[in-house]
Amino acid sequence: QTHILSLSLQAKMSRPVQARRLEGIEKNIWVEFVKLAATYSTVNLGQGFPDFPPPDFLKEAFTRALSGENHMLHQYTRGFGHPPLVKILAQFFGKLLGRDLDPMTNVMVTVGAYQALFCCFQAFVDEGDEVIIIEPFFDCYEPMVKMAGGTPVFVPLRPKAPKDGKLMSSADWQLDPAELASKFSERTKAIVLNSPNNPLGKVFSRGELELIADLCVKHDVLCISDEVYEWLVYDGKEHIRIASLRGMWERTVIIGSAGKTFSATGWKVGWTVGPNRLLQHLRTTHQNSVYHCATVAQEAVAQGFQRELELFGKPESYFIQLPKMLQQKRDWLVQSLDAVGMKPIVPEGTYFLVADISEFKSDVPDVPDSDEPYDSRFAKWMVKNKGLAAIPLSAFYCESHKNNYNHFIRFCFAKEEATLKAANDILQKWKREKTSP
Amino acid sequence: VEFTKVAADPSIVNLGQGLPDISPPSYVKEELAKVAAVDRLNQYTRGFGHPSLVKALSQVYERVCGRKIDPLTDILVTVGAYGSLFSTIQALIEEGDEVIIIEPFYDCYEPMVKMAGAKPVFIPLRYKNDGNSASSADWVLDPAELANKFNSKTKAIILNTPHNPIGKVFTREELQVIADLCIKHDTLCISDEVYEWLVYKGNKHIKIATLPGMWERTITIGSAGKTYSVTGWKLGWSIGPQNLIKHLQVVHQNTLYTCPTPLQEALAQALWIDYKRMDDPDCYFYSLSRELESKRDRMAQLLQEAGLKPVVPDGGYFMIVDVSTLNVDLSDVDEEQPYDYKFVKWMITSKKLSAIPLSAFCGPETKRQFEKYIRFCFIKEDSTLDAAEVILKKWNKQTA
Repeated sequence: QTHILSLSLQAKMSRPVQARRLEGIEKNIWVEFVKLAATYSTVNLGQGFPDFPPPDFLKEAFTRALSGENHMLHQYTRGFGHPPLVKILAQFFGKLLGRDLDPMTNVMVTVGAYQALFCCFQAFVDEGDEVIIIEPFFDCYEPMVKMAGGTPVFVPLRPKAPKDGKLMSSADWQLDPAELASKFSERTKAIVLNSPNNPLGKVFSRGELELIADLCVKHDVLCISDEVYEWLVYDGKEHIRIASLRGMWERTVIIGSAGKTFSATGWKVGWTVGPNRLLQHLRTTHQNSVYHCATVAQEAVAQGFQRELELFGKPESYFIQLPKMLQQKRDWLVQSLDAVGMKPIVPEGTYFLVADISEFKSDVPDVPDSDEPYDSRFAKWMVKNKGLAAIPLSAFYCESHKNNYNHFIRFCFAKEEATLKAANDILQKWKREKTSP
Repeated sequence: VEFTKVAADPSIVNLGQGLPDISPPSYVKEELAKVAAVDRLNQYTRGFGHPSLVKALSQVYERVCGRKIDPLTDILVTVGAYGSLFSTIQALIEEGDEVIIIEPFYDCYEPMVKMAGAKPVFIPLRYKNDGNSASSADWVLDPAELANKFNSKTKAIILNTPHNPIGKVFTREELQVIADLCIKHDTLCISDEVYEWLVYKGNKHIKIATLPGMWERTITIGSAGKTYSVTGWKLGWSIGPQNLIKHLQVVHQNTLYTCPTPLQEALAQALWIDYKRMDDPDCYFYSLSRELESKRDRMAQLLQEAGLKPVVPDGGYFMIVDVSTLNVDLSDVDEEQPYDYKFVKWMITSKKLSAIPLSAFCGPETKRQFEKYIRFCFIKEDSTLDAAEVILKKWNKQTA
């Protein structure tokens, strides 16, 4: 074997082995924070998943699917979505949107809403395209846009001071219409909308959605509408689907999640709903990346939706019971935090709540010239020293904006009463330690 | 996607798509039923692979490979082996790269390489035999031809052993030829080994990653679907050195983040059951291939009796068949399509038997070479094979 390497081989060996599309997307907040929570936390209000079980009817559907004579549920199903599931989704969402939906062309099932997002960015975003992302945002939007070769363009929700004596609400965080309009250019391919919004819990109003819709229509921009928390809205608020606004159906992909809908995040069943001219491209990405989703979970989710269709609007509907149950938990946590001086921003939706921890800053001194945003250091200190896990708000901002709102942390309240009580105990103890000399 | 639609008709005997219609082993089904009752298993697990699953995989493969495998850094769990192929190609392949693909190939390799912006470079397996018996071992790579395909742009070669569709099990010598070229040209090897347990008497599955100099440049891909006849679980895995797997993990965290928890837990439990009996012939890793070998032999016999010429596979659950011996005249059908496409469509409508045309597995230049072959899948219940037998016996009578 020759010991003299050719120049071209030397050049090859000195290049990185990985593809350039991975540049800038290697870090992931969850990998770090999930590990921290697993190691240190006694009360985990960090990562967004319920610590209560999925509803019995869903677990029963799963068991039924497995116990039947039909062992073919262990084999591949239709790649773009198990027929019973796409049929019921088409029926259900057709009803909600007031449209006739074709299960074969207007619906596609994905491995969680996460993979639906991936398919959207891969299908629609090219090098040179801009994608508008509203901050704070579910952190995967930015690396997914970059991986597709696109440029993320950020526009922040800005907090308005609440009325005297009132707690801040997620409704107080708003887009500046002129600022939003200025972000649209001829390079803008899409805007990502997440309503109800993770992490703030904001439920965009009709007026706010119309503002976004007008700009989409004016600039011929697509809307990727992440609506995974669509059922988790409180205080009688209404979740409005932007696709139902004028001119929007043809340019919107709606994304949903069984994990959030049925409290079964580990099943990883999601879906996209939209016009065929958009979904055909999602199908192309899907068939060249995962092709099929697991069959048995799709079968069980289909049965879950069947039940919900039959009970739609009735008090026994899970889509009514779940938000009712979560609203109570939200109110408990709001109370707990307010009582100790962490200022909660009362969310209109989702199962997340963001709180201002300024009054606890003395516990975690500032480190000048630190690379790490303050809230991230705070959250790490808190989980290690108090056993309470939460996520820093800076995780939901782009690199250059991470220090704009660096004294907030996000709590997940989709937790059993015992968990929330334990969190309250930690907070109370902490406050006592602060005030006593 | 095209052919699954055509064969969805229940009146057609479906030997086309690689879909077992045999039942998974009962303990595998039981494990999944058990996990449904455990609440926390319905929520998110570790993104790169459920802890109990990656631990089980590391144990099984440490035994097979004879080297230490770190469950957290050397393994990624994906949505089927398909997801592993995608993650590997997205992580390591880009514009300007060339990727060598051996024809015939599992059809997703080409579009995945193209989607990554790279150029697929094809090399066909060529049939070399003087005698009558047709075996998958008769299909070989020409070493000089293969060497010519490597250059400074060659980022990777995709190896599939046991091979779909031919069923070839690459020998140590054949793997060494590939390995030598990979080392010489500093090329990666993406080794699709989903059928690793399905090798028949007289053959041994060898992992190219175990050859000297290869572990550091190989990603080995496996599949729960093929191991346990549970294709609908869509769980697969990539195993390799940390410095490569870490890039696959980055892709994974930016594409779907985690795989379903209950399925991963059930798979872990099933793997433990078989890991403990890897010295026992009843271990499913070995018993499945024994079960399939008799189906293989039956299938080959039926096809021969019908006047067709099967290529008996050394591994996998597919068999390719030369249909030119039947001389079915399809010249009046649409000229544009290769012969095997026309033959399969004709066979589906007139014989109610489905298969997959081999040119579906070829690059544009080689379609003509393989258009007299179609692929049958034999991981089927006896009743399905009985139905196929009825059709094939009738067929023979008609042509006689």
